[in-house]
Amino acid sequence: MIRAPLRPLARILEARAKGENPDAIERENIRLRHEEQRDRARARAESRLFILALFFFCAFGTVGIRMGVLAATEPAEPRSAGSGLQILANRADIADRNGRILATNLVTYSLYAQPQQMTDPEGSARALGEIFPDLDTARLARDFTGERTFVWIKRRIAPEQMQAVHDIGDPGLLFGPREMRLYPNGALAAHVLGGAGFGREGVHSAEVIGRAGVEQTFDAWLRDPVNEGRPLQLSLDLTVQAAVEQVLAGGMMLMNAKGATAILMDAHTGEVLSLASLPDFDPNDRPLPPTSGDPSDSPLFNRAVQGVYELGSTFKTFAVAQALELGLVSPDTMIDTRSPMTYGRHRISDFRNYGPQLSVTDVIVKSSNVGTARIAMEIGGERQRAFLDSLGLLDPTALELAEAPGIKPLFPQRTWPEISTMTIAYGHGISASPVHLAAAYATIVNGGTRVTPTVLRNPTPARGARVISEETSALVRGMMRAAVEQGTATLAEVPGYAVGGKTGTADKPRRDGRGYEEDKVITTFAGFFPAEAPAYVLVVTLDEPVETSGPEPRRTAGWTAVPVAAEIIRRAAPLLGLRPEIETGEANGVTLARN
Amino acid sequence: MKAFLSVLAAFAVMGLAFWAYRENYATQAALDEVEQLEREIAGARDALSVLRAEWAYLNRPDRLRDLAELNFDRLNLLPLRPEQFGSVDQVAFPPEPGLLPLSVDPVDVIGIEEPQG
Repeated sequence: MIRAPLRPLARILEARAKGENPDAIERENIRLRHEEQRDRARARAESRLFILALFFFCAFGTVGIRMGVLAATEPAEPRSAGSGLQILANRADIADRNGRILATNLVTYSLYAQPQQMTDPEGSARALGEIFPDLDTARLARDFTGERTFVWIKRRIAPEQMQAVHDIGDPGLLFGPREMRLYPNGALAAHVLGGAGFGREGVHSAEVIGRAGVEQTFDAWLRDPVNEGRPLQLSLDLTVQAAVEQVLAGGMMLMNAKGATAILMDAHTGEVLSLASLPDFDPNDRPLPPTSGDPSDSPLFNRAVQGVYELGSTFKTFAVAQALELGLVSPDTMIDTRSPMTYGRHRISDFRNYGPQLSVTDVIVKSSNVGTARIAMEIGGERQRAFLDSLGLLDPTALELAEAPGIKPLFPQRTWPEISTMTIAYGHGISASPVHLAAAYATIVNGGTRVTPTVLRNPTPARGARVISEETSALVRGMMRAAVEQGTATLAEVPGYAVGGKTGTADKPRRDGRGYEEDKVITTFAGFFPAEAPAYVLVVTLDEPVETSGPEPRRTAGWTAVPVAAEIIRRAAPLLGLRPEIETGEANGVTLARN
Repeated sequence: MKAFLSVLAAFAVMGLAFWAYRENYATQAALDEVEQLEREIAGARDALSVLRAEWAYLNRPDRLRDLAELNFDRLNLLPLRPEQFGSVDQVAFPPEPGLLPLSVDPVDVIGIEEPQG
């Protein structure tokens, strides 16, 4: 770079000639040079600052614009994040223990109208009346021609009806998708499933909510998308349930009963394989709860869970089991059974007089109220109460149906007087549901560990707390087997399956709460099979049965509930894969063959 | 040298931009395809659930019972009874393939020729 000299010779010589100080020229030149340098540096800095400012402006501008765009656009799911698992918005299915579907969803359509868009309101109303005969055509026509802008016509329509409405061709008739709960098996297991209905409703969708049964109990679980469409697996067995319901319906008809219920439970895990209550209903079209009359007469009433009855002599098993467990008696101990037995102003009598004495086994076999009352007196009220509590007979069951937690057994709440000790021993003065009874029987016969009833499939059951010893359990099983072989429940004998059990006949309390009805009874059979190694517990209860095949009507459990229970076992046991212990010979038409 | 580097950088930028453009469009196309497939899967799932519901409906115990009764003369189906349990040795197994069938007349395995010597 050529720099201008600080001391140009020409000017110095000139200055010297004029007698001036030549250093002034140099200083002046230095000043000029500095100024020039400063201007240059400033320009450079300015341009740099400008570029920097531009850069920052662009950067912040980009951020700002991006924010504005993000704020203004519709939110969308990131398209690339999907790992193939899309969220299933469907309500989960309900399946039986083998995976057969009990409840699923189906998309149907709802029909609504927007009258302003209609071209021919009256004609459309008439055409709709032809498709849906239950519609009020005149009212529809009024709605269509009036002020209304929106009219619901049908909540759910079938595909062929939808096509027919399409064919009317009116642009004001519109469809909205509706997810519908479908119970393909109809009334089967209706009381367990309960039913579902629509909650909040819009044009494009409606919320499906459980109304009763497992649908209500597991409503949150069934809606939870976390389960990824896994079905809720129940412990019910569809085929067994169907067989039990069929037999029970037949039995109810033959015995002229008002209602009937049957529970088949796994004796070890408490899994309910079948729970039937008749009369029943179709959960696809769940009837409205009754507003008048006795709620227990409604088909919605689940007798197995909600029916709190005095279950009669079936409770004798508990008194005897406890006495054996406490070592108070052995099966051969003789008990005073003179009937009637008086206690204060109460009289306890037997169905017929069984003589002065019976062994403990015979007290069960012949079902002696007096004998059981005497055994209970030896046990005492406190211990009896504690024992019934340990069997779960004093609390609501843990069964996962929406109705179950509210159903508390009825028994003397504050005091437990001696007369109650005696009557409770033979099942009067305490009311429990058939599910309570089934769970308590399972506890008694399975070797003595507490069973909690459940309607859920439980592949890894935990053993409950011990209530009675293995030995006591075996002794009680022997007595109940004897009751079937030679006692009150002889009709429960099923060839091939050793059935044990105990009958119970209890008078129905009067509606007005004063005493008992004359000839209305609740008959119960609580049994188990096979007797040597109990796998299943069956409780059958009939409401007001009368058996009229004999010369006079018979109402005891031995003639009503027991034959029904036997038929249920005959049908259900093979379905459960239980092999009968009999020779299958040529008599059955099976050809013996051997290679 | 410097000029060469600048040109090289410019070409590199253009090349990368082209590559990024193409990748962007390939990604979009892939996402579209995924979306399309997911729609198809959802449709298939819906159809499957309808079919499952129909299967359950057609196999409901009531209907099967009625069908068994309607076709009783052809099928002779009755509810399963305890007597119908058999044991394994009552079942006629098919003969093993290597063995001769038992029903065939005995084969004369002794030679018909006179033994020599």
